[in-house]
Amino acid sequence: MAARTIVFEPADPCHAFLTTCSRAEYSDGPLAGVAVAVKDNISTKGIETTCASKILKGYVPPYDAHVVGLLKAAGAAVVGKTNMDEFGMGTTTENSAFGPTLNPSDTGRVPGGSSGGSAAAIAAGMVTMALGTDTGGSIRCPAAFCGITGLKPTYGRVSRFGLIAYANSLEQIGPLGKNVSDVATLMGVIAGHDHRDSTSRNRPFSHSPKNEIKGLKIGIPEEYFGPGVDPEVASVVRKAIGRLVELGATTVPCSIPSMQYALAAYYVTCTSEASSNLARFDGVRYGPAPDTKKSWHDAYQEVRREGFGPEVRRRILLGTFALSSGYYGKYYAKAQVARQNVKADFARIFAGVDVIAGPTMPSIAFKLGEKSDPLSMYLADILTVPANLAGIPAISVPCGKVRGMPVGLQIMGKHFEDERVMDAAYAYEQAVI
Amino acid sequence: MEDQVIIGLEVHCQLDTKSKLFCGCSTDYRSDGPNTHVCPVCLGLPGAMPVLNKRSIEYAMRVAKALNCMVLEESEFSRKNYFYPDLDKAYQITQYDKPLAEGGYLEIESDEGGEKKVQLTRIHVEEDPGRLVHMGNAERGKYSLVDYNRAGIPLIEIVSEPDMRSPKEARKFLNKLRATLEYLSVFDSDKEGSLRVDANISIKGSERVEVKNITSYKGVEKALTFEITRQKNLLRRGQKVDRETRHFLEARGVTQSARSKEQEHDYRYFPEPDLRPLRVKSWVDAIVLPELPDARRGRFMAQYGCSLNHARTLTGDLKLANFFEQVVRGDPAGLSGLAATWIADTLIGELNYRDMSLDRVEPAAVTELVEILKNDLITDKSGIEVLRIMLDQCLKNESCETPAAIVTHLNLGKTTGDTGAITTAIEEAINENPKALDDYRAGKAGALNFLVGQVMKKTRGKADPGTLNRLLTEALKTRGA
Repeated sequence: MAARTIVFEPADPCHAFLTTCSRAEYSDGPLAGVAVAVKDNISTKGIETTCASKILKGYVPPYDAHVVGLLKAAGAAVVGKTNMDEFGMGTTTENSAFGPTLNPSDTGRVPGGSSGGSAAAIAAGMVTMALGTDTGGSIRCPAAFCGITGLKPTYGRVSRFGLIAYANSLEQIGPLGKNVSDVATLMGVIAGHDHRDSTSRNRPFSHSPKNEIKGLKIGIPEEYFGPGVDPEVASVVRKAIGRLVELGATTVPCSIPSMQYALAAYYVTCTSEASSNLARFDGVRYGPAPDTKKSWHDAYQEVRREGFGPEVRRRILLGTFALSSGYYGKYYAKAQVARQNVKADFARIFAGVDVIAGPTMPSIAFKLGEKSDPLSMYLADILTVPANLAGIPAISVPCGKVRGMPVGLQIMGKHFEDERVMDAAYAYEQAVI
Repeated sequence: MEDQVIIGLEVHCQLDTKSKLFCGCSTDYRSDGPNTHVCPVCLGLPGAMPVLNKRSIEYAMRVAKALNCMVLEESEFSRKNYFYPDLDKAYQITQYDKPLAEGGYLEIESDEGGEKKVQLTRIHVEEDPGRLVHMGNAERGKYSLVDYNRAGIPLIEIVSEPDMRSPKEARKFLNKLRATLEYLSVFDSDKEGSLRVDANISIKGSERVEVKNITSYKGVEKALTFEITRQKNLLRRGQKVDRETRHFLEARGVTQSARSKEQEHDYRYFPEPDLRPLRVKSWVDAIVLPELPDARRGRFMAQYGCSLNHARTLTGDLKLANFFEQVVRGDPAGLSGLAATWIADTLIGELNYRDMSLDRVEPAAVTELVEILKNDLITDKSGIEVLRIMLDQCLKNESCETPAAIVTHLNLGKTTGDTGAITTAIEEAINENPKALDDYRAGKAGALNFLVGQVMKKTRGKADPGTLNRLLTEALKTRGA
């Protein structure tokens, strides 16, 4: 049967897309004809994939990422590649080499990041679902800032094959959608084992969200409502948790002391891995080649100096330093210990509760250009990175507004209990519709 | 006192698997064009991920068991980060602080003649990088081309302790290692570039120098000999040896200091996050090792009565050992002694002289030759002639005659039965050399040998030496000598 196409030629005032496919093919299947947007760090055969970086301008992958193959097999139409912070490095999508994405709720504000394009495309009504990636909050943050739903699956539940790596040990591909049901549908398509990703696990997803949460025990970590969290945001999230209690859940106060070192552990780990992952971008096999007759050594420097944006260069330098001989033990090795402590804290808390809830982000979406100094931007990731360090599932679901901007309720669960966090999110969503 | 030489080796061997270490690409690339055995994984395309080839780990563990190493409970792959155009990902997936196996030893024949254990540090598994082809020379070439066919071929690196004391011992270590790997069916030394060696070498009390890029067995001995001379000369002149990395330039037979930039590597090792730790220790018990060189050497001595030296030579190469057993298969008791001598002492020399592979020789032909010699139908001298003709014919791809045909064709058959021809030759020789007869009469020992030589010449080497001696002595006697 000949493939059918849908026409996709949207006005894109928020600059959610880097590439659109005006005639997107689709076939039969559970997602037949559904327009799905894909973040630009996920390889798409025949469609330019740049990670929003100049260094990959013109790179057209010769193969599909595993998840893209699954989307196509499910009948979906891949309608375009969404904007992002370059290589996923950022919390606002302002670090795109091709210009920022704007927040559809307020175009003077950022959509969050790094999967800002995917979240904005949904919030603006251009698509109903999209794929993002989450290394330290990159699905949940834009979901919260744009007022949509996004899941970071358990590490290993979705194949990373074809995802252009930023920080392999932390990141997962995950679904974003207008609502929890869409997220569940998309998760059902992309989850499961892939022999090409040695870290993937045979845990497919085939769950329809249920709003029955009677008896659900919710841990409330004090750190998620402490200093650094906008009191108005904290208050909206507390109200949302109150709603879950009305539905039959109970809350248990808890603490994650290891969070003190979580952000440092996260940034040492992700920059170290990134410094190695991004070393291959040298202009030899793909991307713009230098127009130079210099020695290879100098040519590499030229390509990389020109091709990477400032935030990427900063993280490569940080990671290179952290792995250097004499510093490895001080930084990388220590970060792995801190990471074990985060895991241990979650294990301890989950012995007594089913899920943990709190705000997704400590504030509402920033104004464009507001976070000009890198450190204050990094601090905004404090509530999302613990789930990545521990590899546990976490969802962000809209739970109200502060000063007209959406706020996200974050629900984290035990390893491979993506279903349970989705049920809790669904129960809330259904109760407030 | 002679300065003590200290040598340790790091040997990289390509494992002879069908597919690459982290992808399904075929390893059989040598007869195909550049960049034809590649995929997103071994090209290091963005987003591609490594998947470990189980067979390569099995091969590496066979080696570990054969070399008496201890396989670690948990080993791990790490990234070795450095920039070089042949390295597609800008890191090599290798093993760092948790290798597959540690310890172990390999026994070699020491320079003093006895057996000697060279201790091993570790064995680890890693991927081969691609290959650069420089157009023009490396320093001032116009450009370089890169071929990723080799990228991802599984390698094992075997690191020895600094236990060798001479280039000859290093060569013996390599030969023994190669033989062991071939006996294990995990390595094919005929494949170009399948073995590469880095050597650490020092004179006791001085700094250590690492010599990289040695790609042949002969090269190891050459590079080490050069380097020892260089270091000793420095010390003799009162200079000191710098701790450095040097490259071996095979064509010129010298080592050359690497540029200092290349020595400042900080590889920034860290665990490969795309692969899980390896827990394979339990596989060791299930590995059944084949007969290894030492065991086969013992068997050759016991079963075929080979001397230690012959047995060592014959079993030091898997193909040679198999060849010997094929040659004597029909009549081990009758042929072993002669076959061992002819193969170990003569055939190998003739093959080396022609730079010819043993594969070109039919065992049956050698069996036939040895049988002819055993039945005393030709002299040893003729035997060598037959062998040479046979090898030359094979080398030129002419239709190869059998040894028997060559004997007939050149009329090399011994003249044992026909003493007439010998007698005639003796008469002629004596008559033509009256001075020799006089010398003989005068008791000069050389005279007899001279006459033997003359007779041999006249019979074109076919005269049986025993018969000749007897008849000549008689002939001289009848002339009153």
